Parts: sequence; C-alpha cells; structure tokens
Amino acid sequence: MSPMSGKIEVALFVTCLVDLNRPSVGFAAVKLLEQAGCRVSVPDAQTCCGQPAYNSGDRKTTRDIAAAVIEAFRGYRYVVAPSGSCAGMIKKHYPALFKDDPDMLLAAEDLAARTHELVSFLADVMDFEPDDVKLDRKVTYHDSCSSLREMKVVNQPRKLLDEVDDLELVEAEDREACCGFGGTFCIKYPEISEEMVDRKIDNLLATKADMVTAGDLGCLMNIAGRLHRRGEKMKVLHVTEILAGMGKERGIGEGDD
Amino acid sequence: MQVTSRKFKESAHEAMADEDLRAAMNRIRTAFTTARADAAAELPEFESLRDQAAEIKDHVLDNLDYYLEYFEQKVVAEGGHVHWCSTAEEARQAVLKICRDANARTVTKGKSMITEEIALNKFLASEGIEPIETDLGEYIIQLADEPPSHIIGPAVHKTREQVTDLFHEHHQQYGYQDREEDPEKLVGEARTVLRHKYVTADVGITGANFLIAETGSTVIVTNEGNGDLTQSLPKTHIVVASLEKIVPTLEDASTLMRVLARSATGQEMSVYTTFSTGPKRKDDIDGPENFHVVLLDGGRTEMLGTELQELLRCIRCGACMNHCPVYHAVGGHSYGWVYPGPIGAALNPQMVGIEEARHLPNASSFCGRCEEVCPVRIPLPKILRYWREKTFEQQIGPQPDRWAIEWWGFFAKRPWLYRQTTRLAARVLSMIAGDKGRIRSLPFAKGWTSVRDLPAPEGKTFMEQWKKHNREGR
Repeated sequence: MSPMSGKIEVALFVTCLVDLNRPSVGFAAVKLLEQAGCRVSVPDAQTCCGQPAYNSGDRKTTRDIAAAVIEAFRGYRYVVAPSGSCAGMIKKHYPALFKDDPDMLLAAEDLAARTHELVSFLADVMDFEPDDVKLDRKVTYHDSCSSLREMKVVNQPRKLLDEVDDLELVEAEDREACCGFGGTFCIKYPEISEEMVDRKIDNLLATKADMVTAGDLGCLMNIAGRLHRRGEKMKVLHVTEILAGMGKERGIGEGDD
Repeated sequence: MQVTSRKFKESAHEAMADEDLRAAMNRIRTAFTTARADAAAELPEFESLRDQAAEIKDHVLDNLDYYLEYFEQKVVAEGGHVHWCSTAEEARQAVLKICRDANARTVTKGKSMITEEIALNKFLASEGIEPIETDLGEYIIQLADEPPSHIIGPAVHKTREQVTDLFHEHHQQYGYQDREEDPEKLVGEARTVLRHKYVTADVGITGANFLIAETGSTVIVTNEGNGDLTQSLPKTHIVVASLEKIVPTLEDASTLMRVLARSATGQEMSVYTTFSTGPKRKDDIDGPENFHVVLLDGGRTEMLGTELQELLRCIRCGACMNHCPVYHAVGGHSYGWVYPGPIGAALNPQMVGIEEARHLPNASSFCGRCEEVCPVRIPLPKILRYWREKTFEQQIGPQPDRWAIEWWGFFAKRPWLYRQTTRLAARVLSMIAGDKGRIRSLPFAKGWTSVRDLPAPEGKTFMEQWKKHNREGR
C-alpha cells in the first residue's frame, strides 16, 4: 500500500488480548482512526508489550520484548493502543527499563513520546467526535487504573460517549477503585481479585446501567467473566466498539444463550 | 511479633470470610478516602506541599549522619540522653536499662509503631514490667492481645460489639459491671481506667512522628491527648524512634505536618501536637525529670543508597493502606508483620526477608492508588516490582509460575511462532466455549476460572483477519 497523501500515519499496537480474544476491538480502533483522518498500519512484528514478564519480575525477558516493540514501531509518527495499560507500559515503563543503556533509552523515549492511548488520542490529538453513532443504552464507564493514573485518561472517553445519540452515561460509586484484574495478579491471587471485582460489580450494578464499558480489555474480561459467573445480565463492551457504532454486537463473554 | 507473612494466602482467606472484619474494612474504604480527598481539595498548595515534603525527606536521607549527630548534641545540651541502637535487641535493652534505673514497675505508652517493631510490650512484661497502652486503639488491641492492623488506627478491624465484649471482660475488676454499648460511655470507661494508670506509672514511653535536629525536640501527633499525659506525668520519658524520623528544622516539621494529617484522616491537623525538648527545666511546673531518646536503625541504614531508600521518606500516615483495594479485602493482620498495606508490602521484605514475605509484593494489582495519595510520593509500585524481580532472580516462590513466564516469553519474542500459536489457541478456546461465548472451567487456567468465566476468543486472531482484510483490498 502506498501512503495516502495528507493523512496522518498511525501504527496500531493491537495488544495481545485484543489480538487473541476480541479482534473486533482492533477493527473498531482502525475504523475510528480512519474516520479521524489517519492512515493505519499494523506492524507485523508485534506480539505483546511485555507486561506479563515485567509484572512477574522477569526483567530480562521484558527488555527483550520491549526492544522488539521499539524496533517494530520505529519511524511511525504516532503509535496508538486501544488500552491504557499497554500504552502506559510503553510510555512510562520502557524508558525506565533502559535507564542504564543510553542508546536504547533514547529509542525508548522516542517511542514513548509518540505513543498514545486510543481514546485520548482521538479526543486530544485528532479532535475527533463520533458522527452519527446511536446507542439506546444506559452505560457506565469503568476507569482502568493505568488509563486513569498512568495515561490521565478521564474526561476523553466520557466526552466521546456523550456524543453518541440516545446514550445515557451514568457514574458508579468509587469509580477510581481497581476492578481486581492486575494481569497475573488475578490468576495468582484469585480470591482477593474476586473480592475486588465483586465490589466493583456491586457499584456498577447500583447505577442501574445495562452496559459497562472501559478502555482496557483486561479489566473488561475480568468484569464480564465475573458478571457471567454471578448470572448478571449487564452487557460489557470495549469503549472503541461503542464509538465505532458496534454497540449492538455481542458483548464480551456473551454467547447464544 | 511473630512473623506470619509466609501464610499470607491462608490469612487472607480467613480474613475475607470474617464478616466483622468486612464491615470494619468497609468503613475505612469510604470514610478515609473521602476525608483525604476533601482535605486535599481544600488546600490549593497541597500538591506542591507534597513535593516539598518529599524534598525535605530526601535531603535528610542524603545527610542523615549530619542531622542525627546535630540532633544528639541538642538533646544532650537540653539535658537529655540519646541511645544509639543498631538492632531491635539493643533498643529493648536500652529501654529496659532506663526502666530498671527508674525502678519501674509499670510504664504507660503512647502509640508507637517502632515499639511494635521491636516487640517491646512482650519483652517488658517478661522482665516483670507492666506496659499499659494509652492510645484507645492500642489499649483495645492490648486487651485483645492482638497486633495493630493499621498504622494509625490499630484497632480499626474491631467492631463496636467486640470492644463492648472486651471492656466488659476486662473492666469488671474496676467495678464496671454493666455491659456498655454506647461508644461515648465506652470511651469514658477507658479514660477513667487509664487516668489512674497515668498517675501511677514510673516511666512513659512514646514514639515520635518527627525528631527535630535544630532544637533536639521530638514531636508526636495524637487525637486523644494520651501522649501528653504519658510523657509529662511519669518521672522518666523515653522516646523510641527510628532514625529516619529526623528533620532539620521546626519549619520542615511544620511542612510535613501539613500533609500528614490531611493524608491520614483528612484533618487539617491532628487534635494534639506535642513537642518535647529535654527534661523538665528549673522553672517548668511539670514534665519528666529524665528524658531519653532511643534511636533505632533496625536495618534502615542498609536501605540508604539502594532502590529502597525512598521508603525511608515514609511519615506513617496510612494513606496507602486507606486507599489500597487489597488491604480493604484482606485487612492488616494478613500481612503478617508490623506494617500492613502497600508500605508493609514494600518494607517488610527488607525487614523480615523476601523469602518469608514473598507474597506481599506479589499480591498487588499495581493499581497505583497508593503512590497517587502518598504525601511524600514514595513510588510504591516501583518498589513492589523491585521485590518481584528479586523473587524471580532468586527463584523464590512456585517454580511453575516462572516456567510459565519463560515459556510465554519464548513465544512473545518470536512473532511468527507467536502468530501460529495464538491462531491455534483462539480456535481451540473458541471451540471449547462453543455457542456459550465463555468457558466455565479450564484445567490450566484455574486461577482465572475458579472465580470467573473466561470470555472466549471470537475464533480468529486480529492479525490473521487483518492480513486477509488487507490482501482482499480495503
């Protein structure tokens, strides 16, 4: 493909969870970026940002993966991920990983400066607003910890969701609390994670919303998985899916039953 | 105290099944977080005060020897004594010797985490000296024979009913026959019982929130005034403090106090702030005749110049635990040593060994709320990650966890192989789920499926669909 003139070149960091579990989030991201006037590339050499290793204390593997990501995304004007967590890893933690390696540090800082979380990129950099998207639902937005604290994504998704016709946005209590996902944490300490996600879900249900959304698939799989286990009917979608007009698609963890 | 951090998972399991504890933790979760947020919002310079507070502590830690010696000179000049103690044992012996010299039979105590750290109460009792806690929370847990579960609210895990039972059991000897349930009357009972103890105690022991180098003063902040009575009525006052409590000037102490109470309870200032400078002087109408500062290192100087140094900024406000979802779930005792919550998870591995405390830095979702509210900006998640790296390097903890990461890393570093594997995984998981869209139980993913369904992959990975999509032209 030859670059389309006048368009802003964006490389999509798909994230390993979206790639494996919910490709529709990736396609929603592409659709939104294109609507916003970007030309989207998906570098083939990407796998994961390295958080599973990083959070398990395996620094060497993390650095190897980070170096590969830095290489794969070299040269793109912007790098965008549909996840605050993966974007935060690249933006905040890659430079820290290479603080003793000047050449790599320079490259890591260069990538960090170009990297954005998708929704904030759309709102802040591209000044994008969803056009002609409609969803007749009462929706509550869950702030993922990394979106909120590492990437300072707070108002952008709310502002864009507000532009969706017929969508009513409601806020949950204690919205800054973690949902209990935490990557490997939720597998190593399932009981504590269960306690955390139950509190989150109680607060979400108390809003009487019929849908919950967020910008991070990890949180959403955790929340959806627990909602289904509890037999709750609340629908779960990634925020990009709603903004891309895919709000009527099957929710995360939903089947034919 | 006995270290039980190794049993973190079991302790947490029991704690989460304890309805009383859940009720108590619910109170913290809402009350403290709201109070801190309101207090921070009301002070426009709060964020810059946090920067200043961190800078003060960093400056002290870079010049610790200078300020400690300066402090000692000032204490001595005021007629007091400083006892330098490398270890908990040395600190216990120093306290014991002072008590012996004073022929002490009972000592009253203000709230002090360092005396918990050196397990002073049990030691004094074994030497025939009765320690009496005078902070209401500490008094309650002393009656219950439990360690504190929170650094500023030691009995925060206790319900009113449990306090009623404890007082009923222990106060009958003082003539309180009725089972009192009214909180105000319960406080009244404790106050009356303790009043008598203050007057008869031979030694008063307090901690210190700050040690001030320029004046040789020690500072405590309390909300009950118990500290004042503890340190001014007995003839001998012992301050037990760890050495990182030092600050250069009164001005610096005041900067730190402006963030301390706001971060802790949401108060602008605690109700009582008490400065002690040496023993009673000639014209003073009251005060102790002897003034001692027992200065504990307890492994802290080993942390200087390492990745752990920032932990020594801590002013023990408790904000990190007040905002920690893991602490809210498991309570303070699950951490298994003196310091609970994020600060404990970061500090205890250094104090009791990472092998013993390996769960603590691992049992975190890295939500980052602790760092967000820490008044001295300690990068707690970064330090928890440091400990995870130590456990990984030293092969502490389950070997299969490390194998899983190494195995995953092998694929993640090889994009082509990774594509093939994820294609297969997406198909297999999608097939297992069938038309349900989710998986209820998966043998190799019990950690996930024991508490939640696994939302199943759609069937084809994004990368393979994207390739096809591009091939077919867009």
